[in-house]
Amino acid sequence: MIWQSASEFWAMGGYGVYVWGSMGMSAALMALEVWLARVGRSQALDAVCEAMDAQALDAEISSSTVATPVAASRTQYLSRGSAS
Amino acid sequence: MKLFHYAAPQNFYPVAGRLWPVLAMLATVLAVAGLWVGFMVAPSDAQQGQAYRIIYIHVPVSWMAMVIYLAMAFWSVLGLVFNTRLSGLMTRALAPTGVLLAFLSLWTGALWGKPMWGTYWVWDARLTSMLILLFLYLGYIALTSAIEDPRRSDRAGALVAVVGAVNVPIIYFSVKWWNTLHQGASVSLTQSPRMASIMLTGMLLMSLAIWFYAAAIALWRVRSLILERDSHAAWVQQLPEVQAYRLMRAAT
Repeated sequence: MIWQSASEFWAMGGYGVYVWGSMGMSAALMALEVWLARVGRSQALDAVCEAMDAQALDAEISSSTVATPVAASRTQYLSRGSAS
Repeated sequence: MKLFHYAAPQNFYPVAGRLWPVLAMLATVLAVAGLWVGFMVAPSDAQQGQAYRIIYIHVPVSWMAMVIYLAMAFWSVLGLVFNTRLSGLMTRALAPTGVLLAFLSLWTGALWGKPMWGTYWVWDARLTSMLILLFLYLGYIALTSAIEDPRRSDRAGALVAVVGAVNVPIIYFSVKWWNTLHQGASVSLTQSPRMASIMLTGMLLMSLAIWFYAAAIALWRVRSLILERDSHAAWVQQLPEVQAYRLMRAAT
C-alpha cells in the first residue's frame, strides 16, 4: 500500500480538490446518464402503450361504423400524436 | 449478408439486449481494477506529485470522446450509403455519451491545468479543438431534435457527423502541429509509451472500462429509440417486456 493513512489518501498531496473534483464529477455525471437512460426506457415503453391504445381505439371506431374519410384521417392524427 | 440482417432494428433489438449487460459488467470490473491500480498501487509522479492521478480519468474520457464521434461518423456513412434504418438510431444513441465525455475531458483537463499550468483554461489548439468537439455533439443533438420527420432528421444529422469528423484528427495531432501548452501524446502507436508501466496499466484499464461503459449505455439507449420509432409495429407491441409494462400500467 502506498498510503500511510486515509487522510493522506484523501489529501492527495494537497491536490485533493483537483483529483477528487475530477473523479467526483465523472462519477456523478455517469450516474446521471444511467438514470436518464432508465427514464428514457420507460418513456419509450409509454410511447408504445400509447400507440397501442390509439390503434385499439381506432379499430373500435372502424368496426362500429362504416369506413369513412374521417376515420382514416383520425388514424393518421392519432398515430402522429403518439409518435412524437 | 449477415451484417445487413442486423441493420434492421427488429433484428438488432434483441442482440443489443443481450450485449449491454455483459458490457456493463466488464466496464464495472475494469473500472474497479483500474481505480485500484491507479490509486492504490501506482506511485506518485516525480514531477507532478499526486495531481498526475487525474490522468486515470482525463485520458480515457478524452480518447473515448473522440472515438464516439468517429463511431457516429461511421454509422452515418453507412446510413447515407446503404440507407440502413439502424444507422440513424445508433448515431443518435451515441451522441449523449459523446457530450458527457467531451465535457468531462474539458472539466478534468481544467482541474489538472490549474495546479500544473496555473490556469483552468487557455485558448490553446488542443483545448479549443476539444471544445469544438463538444459543440459538434451539441449541434448534432439540436439539429436532429429540431427536425420532426425521422428520415430527414437522420440524414441531416449524418451530414453533421461526417463533416464534423474532420475535427477529430485535428484534436489528435494538435499537439504536434501547433506549439501548445498541452503536453504531447504519452502513448502512441509508433513509439513505446513515455510513462511507467504500472501507470500505463491503470490508464489502459480505465480506458477499456470507459470504452465498455460507452458501448453498454449506447446499446441501452438504442433499444429505447427503436421502441419509440417502431411503436406502431406489431413486433414491438408483441414484445414480452412491452406486454408486461402494459399490464403494470393498466394496474396502476
